[in-house]
Amino acid sequence: MSEFDQLYREVILDHYKNPRGHGLIEHADAEAEGQNPLCGDEVSIYVAFGDDGDTIDEVKFSGRGCAISQAATSMLTELVQGRSAEEVATLPREELLDEIGIPLTPVRLKCALLGLSTLKLALHKAKGTPLPEEWAGASSDLELK
Amino acid sequence: MAVKTESKLDARKLRADFPIFEQQIRGKPLAYLDSAVSAHKPRQVLDKLRTFYETEYANVHRGVYTLSEIATAEYEGARDKVARFVNAPAAREVVFTHGATESINLVAYAWGLDNLGPGDVVVVTELEHHSNFVPWQYIAKRTGADFRAIPLDDHGELQLDALDEIAQAGNVKVVANNLVSNALGTINPIEKLAEWAHEQGAIMVVDAAQAAPHHAIDVQELGCDFLAFSSHKMCGPTSVGALWGRAELLEAMSPFNLGGHMIRSVKLEETTWGQIPFKFEAGTQPIAEAVGFGAAVDYLTDIGMGAIEDHERELLVYALGKLDDVPGLVAYGPAPERRAGIVSFNLEGVHPHDVAQILDMEGVAIRAGHHCCQPLMAKLGVAATNRASFYLYTIPEEIDRLAEGLHKAHKLLAA
Repeated sequence: MSEFDQLYREVILDHYKNPRGHGLIEHADAEAEGQNPLCGDEVSIYVAFGDDGDTIDEVKFSGRGCAISQAATSMLTELVQGRSAEEVATLPREELLDEIGIPLTPVRLKCALLGLSTLKLALHKAKGTPLPEEWAGASSDLELK
Repeated sequence: MAVKTESKLDARKLRADFPIFEQQIRGKPLAYLDSAVSAHKPRQVLDKLRTFYETEYANVHRGVYTLSEIATAEYEGARDKVARFVNAPAAREVVFTHGATESINLVAYAWGLDNLGPGDVVVVTELEHHSNFVPWQYIAKRTGADFRAIPLDDHGELQLDALDEIAQAGNVKVVANNLVSNALGTINPIEKLAEWAHEQGAIMVVDAAQAAPHHAIDVQELGCDFLAFSSHKMCGPTSVGALWGRAELLEAMSPFNLGGHMIRSVKLEETTWGQIPFKFEAGTQPIAEAVGFGAAVDYLTDIGMGAIEDHERELLVYALGKLDDVPGLVAYGPAPERRAGIVSFNLEGVHPHDVAQILDMEGVAIRAGHHCCQPLMAKLGVAATNRASFYLYTIPEEIDRLAEGLHKAHKLLAA
């Protein structure tokens, strides 16, 4: 497989062209906005919990970004459905990266992880779960949102 | 830190790494006794700069293309090296700056303007380089805080019994001190000062510009909150240095320089800041210089900081003995065991500029002046001193030539 085909493999293109979970959730139980300061990409994540108030019933996202970030966020919405907030808040990034399954340079890694990091931020704001390191020090920004 | 047995360094062998010594100055081999102001550069650093520019250069943290990834990995690799060099708990606690001066200004402005006000006290010492004195004096004045200096005794050591009186002056918020004095070589009791600072609820800011090249540094052992140092005194390129700071302090601080790369998001109404350390690295950084700084850290680490320190102490003892024989020579500074490889002195009846000029004719380079330490010079009751300083490439013959030159200067102008 060529390097190009490896990076833009079919499943990535499929998620990019037909993103799962694209859209808004009105009156979401948790939401957050994340940015990739390197390229200006933005993503908003919305979460609805189930009746127990903890299980993730649905995740939706909106925003703009490259194929890698959009496909990764689309995959993420499927990956976390039915899991508890606590579990997702500490989800190892490798689990999502395995799912994406393509070689990523450090810069593209940031694209791939934008959705996950923003989802963790949303859970932190709603549930007080641990804040991922990439958001450390941004607490003053969070209060404004 | 792991205890490592280091072999004694061979200055003659190391000298061959430094192309500057291949030339003659005024028809004589260069005796460079001014490393405290800036150190010379070994081939290992110069080669790294050339290779980086020729094969790895691009701007960092911006491009998606391969060359940018390579340059970014080199730049961040240098940050890791610098972090390990001072035993920082995390590389993200290391901010690249343009040098120790900018590092200290960063803390004085970004921390000081938000945290200081009337009733607060900023404490420095009479031994500070202007770079760790003037920013604090200025920010104290701007915020209405009191500004105090810990006095020195006659040997150039801090009088810590003055601390109680200083604590009476108000809320001590900052204590700023150099780990090694650039003018006298005094090694200061940072651990004790940091402990006192924390008892007062103050932050401890350490100027390590003169310590980092000569002395193993462990920020966790020192117990300080910020530590500033420069590459150019450590065999690395000019225009780059580092600030280490505790993550929680850096994260809570306002930014210093503003512009590209230090942001999270910019909107017409509002801008939010990026993560540390990028929050403090606005604009294109001295990229190649930072990579060269990393190469210099490798060079020093390979030799061993303990071996460098031992070598310099041997030279210091040797120099003090030689200088003792020079008529009319007054030496300043503490005992050798509490001093880095720096000898500050005056020749009675000969102005330091004349001493330095006569030595230059012999191919011997020393510093003459106030060493950016005018408060210290006032304390010593002199306008200037001569200063000879040693490094890993200094050999005893250079000190012999210094002593000969001083005898000559004495005969010519004072006898």
